[in-house]
Amino acid sequence: MHETMIAQNLLAQITEAAKAQNAKPVAAKISCGKLNAINDEVLLFAFEAIAKDTLCRYVKLQIEHKPLRAKCKTCSHVFSIEFSKPQCEKCDSDQFELLPDAPLMLEEIELETEKNHEKN
Amino acid sequence: MKKINIEKKILSENEKCAIENTFFFTEQKKLCLNMISSPGSGKTTILVETITALKDKIKIGIIEGDVQTDIDAERIRATEAPVVQINTEGACHLSAVQISRALKELPVDDLDLIIIENVGNLVCPSAFELGEAGKIVVLSVAEGDDKPAKYPAIFAKSKVLLINKIDLLGHVDFDIERAKDDARRLNKNIRIFPISAKTGEGMSQWYDWLVQNVEQEKMRQ
Repeated sequence: MHETMIAQNLLAQITEAAKAQNAKPVAAKISCGKLNAINDEVLLFAFEAIAKDTLCRYVKLQIEHKPLRAKCKTCSHVFSIEFSKPQCEKCDSDQFELLPDAPLMLEEIELETEKNHEKN
Repeated sequence: MKKINIEKKILSENEKCAIENTFFFTEQKKLCLNMISSPGSGKTTILVETITALKDKIKIGIIEGDVQTDIDAERIRATEAPVVQINTEGACHLSAVQISRALKELPVDDLDLIIIENVGNLVCPSAFELGEAGKIVVLSVAEGDDKPAKYPAIFAKSKVLLINKIDLLGHVDFDIERAKDDARRLNKNIRIFPISAKTGEGMSQWYDWLVQNVEQEKMRQ
């Protein structure tokens, strides 16, 4: 449910960036790591609900999930970890170290230019 | 269509405030811990017992986070420890700005240790830094030994895991070694203390850890 607060912060950042360019935002790309505990459906719903009647009402959110990387202590292989099968993909060892998770980031936004004025 | 690169952390406002809180704790040489668990794992009972057992050694202040009511704060107040209640009115986690406000109501100068009891929830609070020196995750045996595997984020980020209610171990299917192994796989440095806040079993190791960490914070240059 913390997605609501994330949506509010996101809305503020997109609005600020779009206003600085004096243009209407139509899309935004965000990325997050595995430990940010983001549920796409909840975040999209929360964003849509709070963006209604604002400058961001046409914004389509794209959420990219970055894998969590781990380093095997047995063979030093670096791999993307799946919690359903927490072991090295190369040597099957379950002795590994988690590498830092990707933060929750607003990567880029798309702004409407005059030519595609009536899109959306 | 025009694309603009932003590359900004979405929770940067919270993070900025959390850094200010960290700065405050560091400057004051006060240890701050953020306690996180599901509802009903026994956080408040652990705190009441800890405050009482350590009252001659360290002064503890509590920031209580709950969706509603001050039931937990009342329980803390009965120990005579200073406590500030935050009601989130529905929100599932505490944020750094709420801590910064609560700190103004706590007699910080008189305290050695500030423990934040977060809203009962194993997911959301793990995503919000409050400025604490470390997170304490509490897992009670009745919840099941699969929780570290199912809710990895909080176990990966915590300094200490308290496995509470071990007095119930004979009555529930909880493989304590499995829970420990799964937690250590996510976090090789995590300290694990199996405890029963009710019977007192295992609590002295947890108290020693706290006292030692409070002293380290005071000695820090």
